[in-house]
Amino acid sequence: MQRTRELEPDYFHKVVDCQWACPAHTPVPEYIRLIAEGRYSEAYMINWKSNVFPGILGRTCDRPCEPACRRGRVEEEPVAICRLKRVAADHKDDVTGLMPPPAARPNGKRIALVGCGPASLTVARDLAPLGYQLTIFDKDTKSAGMIRSQIPRFRLPEEVIDEEVGYIHALGGVEMRFGTPIDSLKALVAQDYDAIFVGSGAPRGRDLDLPGRQEAAANIHIGIDWLSSVSFGHIDKIGRRVIVLGGGNTAMDCCRTSRRLGGEEVKVIVRSGFEEMKASPWEKEDAMHEDIPILNFRVPKAFTHEDGKLTGVLFEIVKAEFDDRGRRRLVPAGEPDEHHACDDVLVAVGQENAFPWIETDIGLAFDEWHMPQVDPATFQSTIPNVFFGGDAAFGPKNIIWAVSQGHDAAVSIHKFCQGEDIAVRPPPGATLVSQKMGIHEWSYDNDVSNDLRYRVPQREKAEALKSVRVEVELGFDLSQALAEAQRCLNCDVQTVFADKLCIECDACVDICPMDCITFTEDAPDTEDGEGDLRERLKAPATNLTQDLYVSGKLPTGRVMAKDEDVCLHCGLCAERCPTGAWDMQKFYLEMTHAGGQRG
Amino acid sequence: MTYILKPQLHHPNLPKNGLGFTRRDYEGSVSTLCAGCGHDSISAGIIQACFELELPPHRVAKLSGIGCSSKTPDYFLGASHGFNTVHGRMPSVLTGANLANRDLIYLGVSGDGDSASIGLGQFAHAIRRGVNMLYIVENNGVYGLTKGQFSATSDRGSKSKKGVVNHDTGIDMVGLALQMGATFVARSFSGDKDQLVPLIKAGLAHKGAAFIDCISPCVQFNNHNGSTKSFDYVREHNEAVNRLDMITPRDPITVGYQPGETVKVQQHDGSILALHKLAELYNPTNRAQALGYLQARQARGQIVTGLLFVDPEAGDLHDAVGTVDTPLNQLNEAELVPGQSALDRINQALR
Repeated sequence: MQRTRELEPDYFHKVVDCQWACPAHTPVPEYIRLIAEGRYSEAYMINWKSNVFPGILGRTCDRPCEPACRRGRVEEEPVAICRLKRVAADHKDDVTGLMPPPAARPNGKRIALVGCGPASLTVARDLAPLGYQLTIFDKDTKSAGMIRSQIPRFRLPEEVIDEEVGYIHALGGVEMRFGTPIDSLKALVAQDYDAIFVGSGAPRGRDLDLPGRQEAAANIHIGIDWLSSVSFGHIDKIGRRVIVLGGGNTAMDCCRTSRRLGGEEVKVIVRSGFEEMKASPWEKEDAMHEDIPILNFRVPKAFTHEDGKLTGVLFEIVKAEFDDRGRRRLVPAGEPDEHHACDDVLVAVGQENAFPWIETDIGLAFDEWHMPQVDPATFQSTIPNVFFGGDAAFGPKNIIWAVSQGHDAAVSIHKFCQGEDIAVRPPPGATLVSQKMGIHEWSYDNDVSNDLRYRVPQREKAEALKSVRVEVELGFDLSQALAEAQRCLNCDVQTVFADKLCIECDACVDICPMDCITFTEDAPDTEDGEGDLRERLKAPATNLTQDLYVSGKLPTGRVMAKDEDVCLHCGLCAERCPTGAWDMQKFYLEMTHAGGQRG
Repeated sequence: MTYILKPQLHHPNLPKNGLGFTRRDYEGSVSTLCAGCGHDSISAGIIQACFELELPPHRVAKLSGIGCSSKTPDYFLGASHGFNTVHGRMPSVLTGANLANRDLIYLGVSGDGDSASIGLGQFAHAIRRGVNMLYIVENNGVYGLTKGQFSATSDRGSKSKKGVVNHDTGIDMVGLALQMGATFVARSFSGDKDQLVPLIKAGLAHKGAAFIDCISPCVQFNNHNGSTKSFDYVREHNEAVNRLDMITPRDPITVGYQPGETVKVQQHDGSILALHKLAELYNPTNRAQALGYLQARQARGQIVTGLLFVDPEAGDLHDAVGTVDTPLNQLNEAELVPGQSALDRINQALR
């Protein structure tokens, strides 16, 4: 079969599971090593270049990296990547000197950005150093969009938002116009900007049109609007008994916020089963920790009311049934309906895009779901100089997706303004460097820690529930951060095999703690290129999402096949190799952003 | 030398044996031998064999002498008994230990210097007495610890790393063991664990003196052109006479070979050695034929490997001297000192 072509950039990138899973492809192991070395500012800057909001994401990211983390496959839990990011943000020195300098002079191009959320701010961060004049419009009175309006302060303090928006502002050429809703794209286009970026998010919370909705309207609130009113100080209390409808992260923010505004008896009630809820497991855990029960398999039927005042919600009890194809249906469980009394209801059953401000006659095409037609690679709309990104482009996702899309849109806008072909995307930059320092010395710590995942210390519950502005998580202290950082397996330090040097002595096979390496008969070429190789390995390679690393034919006619799945990157194969056929080489990949900036 | 400990983490699907142990539980500390040493592969083979035989680690005693090979018991069976003896004196200490406690499984680990030079006499006598043990010589044909002089098993005409030609005749440990009356004799190669592991299992299960000569290339001093114990040379000249499947009494017998190609030999403990013939006329139960075959092949420059001789009916030293079934170290004072009347009876019998 074909020898693995590991030098094609995707091969080793995939081995770094966290980086591969991250939409912005942040070089995670590299910054974790810097944290372990106490080099917090450098760790912060690696993050900043890649994901723009390390302090914010270190508290709020949906962490697609963590379920991907190899540690979760060899032990119980992944490395606390997200909260280590926060460590870099909390403990860095003044980083203003490390930021890109403002452009020497403007390049004469003017860009309008609609909405001041993470997508627009990322576009501004990428384009400002190149000399663009950027004007950001937002309906709110402050920056950061949903980061500020929807994420409660007890999870994300205001100073962190101001600091990280401040770094973008300081790049120069960025003008932020608050309290300025854009109500006509036509009018904006008429202002002759060189390009327009729409990063207006998914601002409309879904409602529940049930009996009683109108009559009891005074005590039924749309989750994201209510959170926003709390964030901006317009609402500071809620009834004693609160029901939150919905099972996503917004619902978790709603119920926990209610607990801090006078809600003593707060319940989350969801249609689906507890396991299928959209909320991240840790957010559910945090809610339950604050004495908020989560009741599942209950479909709201009606809002009950008396004399124009809400009295509660009526639920039908359902159960899950699976059809032949394994699809789930919720069917009545045959139990009597259940009434839950309450004073207020928060509806957090999803959010939608809304573009009432885009005229239908200006050439911008929408798809059948009333979403603008946007190219998924370039983020260009059907009007060539109008680009979309973040939730406005493809519906509600998380901050890290908005950042990633903002980077891509900025690449397109820059190329568009320079008259280049926006379909040609810049490849990432990658290096592969040996980490060998001496016979058995490596420039990374290859001694694998046996520690289990550390918990982030939290503020005492009674204290935390007193105010909506007191941050609950205290962040790792430095000794915990070091210990947690040591749990990282350094997956970016790759096991690189040189066929020509191998004498087939089996030393690597014997020492490998995870049975990753096998010398075996070559497999004939098949469509997927692996034949029955996966079953013939020392430990059968059953995780098909992980590649096999296969050598060319060796002198005995066999091949070396390594299952990347559970490799600890401990380097023992290379330490025990007498000929240097195995080497530990650091693979460092950075994405290429607008104007060739890397991060 | 590797400075870190081997990580405790292991493959999530690592199998357990009947005792609930994984293969990793039979490991010792991390090897301090040179990277790529054949001895480490033999250690891995011993670990695998003990795991598959489901040996309780505390039932095994591993003894060794001096040399690279004799360091290796530190690198396997970390929970077993161990004794690192004076140079070349492992066979005597093992014999004594075996006499004192016949209940343990004895594994002697030695090298070509330890067994073919300073300990040659000890080796010969332990074998001819039929001590119940598996004696493994990790044979690299070179003095590695003293940087590459020829050892007593270096073949005449082979070259040292510096290009010096050996003018002395090499000692053939397999031939010697056969002549000294070993009842289980095999040769294998550290680079072929598929062959080695079943041989170790069968040798451990054998009652009597079992001997394995395992060629184990020294990557540092004896893995060059002109060496007859290099990876390349052994792979090129290896002539396996058979493939062994070791079937313990609890294993289901599923051998997929055609009848006539497989010879089955049952050992004392009920284990069956299924030998798949590779050399057509080779009969592993005929000592004289084995000796002749070996010498003829050796003259042609071939290295014969496999299970070369086995006597399934073999007895051991305890049978010969008629010791009681209870290990001597468990006998109490009354049993050991039966008194004047017993002595009188013995004396009377000799008059």
